Amino acid sequence: MPDLLIELFSEEIPARMQARAAEDLRRGMTDALVAAGLTYAGAAAFSTPRRLALTVQGLPAQSPTTREERKGPRVDAPAQAIEGFLRGAGLTRDQLEVRDEKKGQVYFATITRPGRAAADIVAEELEKLIRNFPWPKSMRWGAGSLRWVRPLHSILCILTDEAGEAQIVDLDVDGIRAGNTTEGHRFMGAGRFAVSSFDDYRARLRREHVILDAVERAEHIWQEAGNQAFASGLEVVEDRGLLSEVAGLVEWPVVLMGRIDDAFLDLPPEVLQTSMKEHQKFFSVKNPKTGRIERFVTVANVETADHGATILAGNQKVLAARLSDAKFFWENDLRIVRERGLEGMAEGLRDVTFHNKLGSQADRVARIEALAREIAPLVGAKPDLAAEAARVAKADLQSAMVGEFPELQGVMGRYYAAAAGHDDGVPEACEEHYKPLGPGDAVPSAPVSVAVALADKIDTLCGFWAIDEKPTGSKDPYALRRAALGVIRLVLGNGVRLSISPILLRRVFLSFYGNPWFDFVANVRELEAHAKRLGFDLSDAKSLDEAAAEMNRKLRSYDPFTGKTKDVDESLIDPAMKKALPRVEDLLAFLHDRLKVHLRDEGIRHDVIDACLAMPGNDDLTLLVRRARALGDFLKTDDGGNLLQGFKRANNILTQAEEKDGVEYSYGADVKFAETDEERALFAALDTAEPAIAAALKAEDFAAAMRAMAALRAPIDAFFEAVQVNAEVQVIRRNRLNLLSSIRRICLQAADLTRIEG
Amino acid sequence: MTDKTEKPRSFQEIILRLQTYWAAQGCAMMQPYDMEVGAGTFHPATTLRSLGSNPWAAAYVQPSRRPTDGRYGENPNRLQHYYQYQVLIKPSPPDLQDLYLGSLRAIGIDMALHDIRFVEDDWESPTLGAWGLGWEVWCDGMEVSQFTYFQQVGGHDCVPVSGELTYGLERLAMYVLGIDHVMDMPFNDPAAPIPLCYGDVFRQTEEEYSRWNFDVANTEVLLRHFEEAEAECQAILAQEAEDPKTGKRIIMAHPAYDQCIKASHIFNLLDARGVISVTERQAYIGRVRALAKKCADAFVRTEAGGQAA
Repeated sequence: MPDLLIELFSEEIPARMQARAAEDLRRGMTDALVAAGLTYAGAAAFSTPRRLALTVQGLPAQSPTTREERKGPRVDAPAQAIEGFLRGAGLTRDQLEVRDEKKGQVYFATITRPGRAAADIVAEELEKLIRNFPWPKSMRWGAGSLRWVRPLHSILCILTDEAGEAQIVDLDVDGIRAGNTTEGHRFMGAGRFAVSSFDDYRARLRREHVILDAVERAEHIWQEAGNQAFASGLEVVEDRGLLSEVAGLVEWPVVLMGRIDDAFLDLPPEVLQTSMKEHQKFFSVKNPKTGRIERFVTVANVETADHGATILAGNQKVLAARLSDAKFFWENDLRIVRERGLEGMAEGLRDVTFHNKLGSQADRVARIEALAREIAPLVGAKPDLAAEAARVAKADLQSAMVGEFPELQGVMGRYYAAAAGHDDGVPEACEEHYKPLGPGDAVPSAPVSVAVALADKIDTLCGFWAIDEKPTGSKDPYALRRAALGVIRLVLGNGVRLSISPILLRRVFLSFYGNPWFDFVANVRELEAHAKRLGFDLSDAKSLDEAAAEMNRKLRSYDPFTGKTKDVDESLIDPAMKKALPRVEDLLAFLHDRLKVHLRDEGIRHDVIDACLAMPGNDDLTLLVRRARALGDFLKTDDGGNLLQGFKRANNILTQAEEKDGVEYSYGADVKFAETDEERALFAALDTAEPAIAAALKAEDFAAAMRAMAALRAPIDAFFEAVQVNAEVQVIRRNRLNLLSSIRRICLQAADLTRIEG
Repeated sequence: MTDKTEKPRSFQEIILRLQTYWAAQGCAMMQPYDMEVGAGTFHPATTLRSLGSNPWAAAYVQPSRRPTDGRYGENPNRLQHYYQYQVLIKPSPPDLQDLYLGSLRAIGIDMALHDIRFVEDDWESPTLGAWGLGWEVWCDGMEVSQFTYFQQVGGHDCVPVSGELTYGLERLAMYVLGIDHVMDMPFNDPAAPIPLCYGDVFRQTEEEYSRWNFDVANTEVLLRHFEEAEAECQAILAQEAEDPKTGKRIIMAHPAYDQCIKASHIFNLLDARGVISVTERQAYIGRVRALAKKCADAFVRTEAGGQAA
C-alpha cells in the first residue's frame, strides 16, 4: 500500500488563500483518486507561504480491474449498426457473445478494463487539478500559459512503498517536471534536497527551517508571544484572525517584542491596536493593570546573527512613522472638536451622499435626530439628550482618524464627544448606536444609546423600504436584515414598550409626502383596513369616528425638523399615504419574519408566534413576545394541551353548524336552557373566566390569563363527556351552540388558538 | 552567508549601484522620460513596451510627481516630487525574485540581518487600464518595493507577461542610510568637497511646487489643457496609418501616448487644487483610461508592438 506525497512549490502565496488552497488540494485530489478507483486510508494537506503539500496514505498500487457488459444489436441487424456497436465497445466481432433473447439472437459485449497503476492515475489527476485549481485569483507568468496563484516553480510527486522505496510520478506540466526534490527556507535553507516519504519530507523541512503545519506555526507564535509578554508582566491582546494571517506570512516564525515610543502611549488603545494590526501585522501587548497598550509583538521569518535586533529596530522605526501619522490625525481631530464642537466636525457630512435617493449623511442625521427625540421617552431617555447624541453620533465619519481607519467609527466618536464636552451618556451613544452589529454582539442598555441605536436602524429600514430597496435572497447590500434584527434585539433586550407601526408609517409617509406635518382625520375611514393590519389597537373606540380620532392621535406628528405646524396640502396626503401604507405593512411583515427567526432560535414554535401575531398590538414586539412565551409555556402543560383540544372541538362543531345553518351563533347562551349539571358548571366557569381573562390581559399578565383559561379545561372536558350538542330540541341545540361560541370568544381573547397545530 | 558589500553612503550611490546591478543583469539602461508622470510605470518603456510579443529588458530612474503629496518639504517622508527606480523584463524570468533580492544585496541590505517578506499586494492602475498580481516587498516591516507580474495593460492581455519592479528610492535610501528626515539625507558623498543633502537640492522646490499645486495653478487653464490633450490624442490616432508624405506606414502611438500622459498629470494637478468632486473624479479617470487604451491599441499595431512590418 504506497503513500503519496505531493508538493507544489511556488512564489509567495497570499496568506488569506493558503488554508483554503490546502483544503482544495486535499479534497480535489482524494475525490479524483477515489473516482478513478483508488481508495485510501488517510490524507492531510498543509500550506506555507511558498508551498502546498498533500500526503495520502494507504493507496493501492493499482486500481481494480472492472468488467462491463453491454447489450448490442440483433445478429441480423444492419452491418452499420453492428460496426457502430463494435467501435463503441472497442472490440472485434469474434470477441462478441451471442445470446438467445425473446426477439431473437442478440450480440453481447463484455468490456474489461484492466486496473491502472496508481502512478499513472496520480499523474493524470494531478495535472488536471493543477490546470483547474480553484484559486480566487490566478495569473500567468513568463512566456507560458499555465495559471497559478503566483509563478509555480516545482512539483514534487512521489509514491513510497512499504519498503520505503520512493518512485517519482512521471508528470510534466508545461515544462515543470515532477521530481523528488524541494527546497527549504528562502534564506536559511541549504538549497534543493531529495526526500523519500512524507515523514522524511516533514523532518527535512524542519532541518531546513520550515515548519510545514500552519497550525503548529500559529501555536508557536502564540505561545512564544505570550511567554515574552509574561516575562515583562504584560499580556498579548488576543486576535485569532491576525494570528492565522501571520502564520501564513512566515515559514519559520521568530517572535520579537518591541517597545512603543512614549510619545504615542497617550493615543487611545483602539488606535494603537488598529494601526499596528492593519499596517504592520503587529500584535498589541497590554499592561493588565492599566489596560494600556505598551508594546508590540512582530513575527519575523528569519533568525539573525544579532537575534533580531536590526529587524526590531527597523520595525520600530516604521511603527513610529505610522503612529506619527495617527498622532497627527488624533491631535488635529481633537483641535477641531475643541474649537468647533462635533457639530463643526460634522459640517462636511452635507457633502457626503448617503444614498442618491435618500439624500446626504447630514439629511440622514437630521432624520435620526428627530426620531431619537421621539423614541427617547419610551426608553427612559431625556429627549434633548437623545437628540444631542443623534446630532453628533456620525460626526466622527468626517474625522481624519476614521478616514484612515474606517473600522474605528463610533470608537473615535466616543473620544471626540467627550473631548468636546458632551456627557450624560452622549459619548457612549456615539459608540454604541451602531450596536448590536451581529447576532453575537451585545445590546446596549444605556437609555440614550438605545434611543439613538433604534432611531438609526429604524431610519435605515424606513428609508430603504420607501425607495423599494429590500433584501432579496442572499443580496442584502445595505445590511437591512441586520438592522431589523438590531431593532428586535434592542426592543426585547431592554423591554421597550413601543408601538412601532405609527413610527414606521410616519417615516415612510414623510418620504413620499415631502411635507413634514399632516393631519390625518379626513382619511381614516378608507384606511381603516390598513390600520387594523398595522396593528393599531382601536378596540376601545365605540364608533368609527372615535377610531378615527384615535388613529389621528396616534399618527399626528409634530414637524420633526422645525417643531412647527404648517399648512397641509390635502391633495398630497392621499397619494402619499396610499404609497406609504403597503410599504409599511411589508416592512412590519419583514420585522415579524426576522422576529420569528430570532424566536425560533430561542425554541418558541412558529405556530405559537402566528397565534400571537394575529392579535391586536402585534407591532409592540415586547408585548408580542411576552404573549408568545406565556402561550408556549401554557401549551406545554397538561391543562394547556387539553384545553386546546377542547377549544378545537368546540370550534369545529360550531363552525360546521354555522356553515350548515348559515347563521352565526354569537348571541349569549342562556343558563335557563341548560339541562345537565355539566352544562350549568360550564356556564359558571365561563362566567368566572371571562372577566378574569379580560382583567389579566388588560394588565398584560399573560401568565394569569393562561391560568384563567386553564380553569376552563375540566368543565369543557366534562361538558363534552356528558352533553350531546346537537340535541333534538332546537332551542336547546341553539343554546348549546351559543355556549360553544362563548368558549371560542373567551379563548380567542388571549391568542388565536385556531393557528396552533396539533 | 553574509554579504560583505560595503554600505552605500549617499542617495546617489544607491541609484548608481542599482544601475550597475541591473546593467550587469542585461537590462538596457534607459533615461527618465522627459515628461511629468505620476510613477515610473507611465514611462513608455514600461507601459507600451509591456505590450506585444517582443522581448524587452529595461531599467531607469523616473522622477515622479504626485501633487497631492506635497508637504512644503516639512514632512519627513512625503514629497510631491520623488524618484522611482523601475525595472521591466519581458518575459518575466523564472528567477526574478532572486534577481530582485540580489539588487537589495547590491545596495547593502544584508540578508543575514534583515527580514525580507513578499506580502500580497495586487496592483491596479485605473488610469492605464492595467493590473497585475504580485507583492509589496517588506524589509523589517517597511515597504521597499512593488513587485508585479503584469496581466493586462491598456485593456490588452500581456502575452508574454512582464515582470515589473518599482523601488521608491527616497524611502529605500533613507532606510539603508539610517536617515529619519528625507531632507537630511546625503545626496552625494558626505566626504565630497561640496557635500549636498537632499534638502539642499529639493527643499526649496518642494515649497514652491506645494504652493503652486495647492493654491496657485490656474484651474481654468488646466481644464483647457486637459481637453486639448485629450482632443490631440484622439486626433493623432485618427490619422491614417499611411503617411501621405513618405508613403510609409507610420502609426503615431508614442506622440498620442504623450498626450495621454499629459492629460493624466493635469488631472492630478486639478485633483490637488480640489476642484474635482467625487463623482467627477471617476469620470476623469475614465477619460484618461480611454486614451490609454487607444494608445495601447495603436502600439500593438506597430513593429515595436510585435506587429510584423
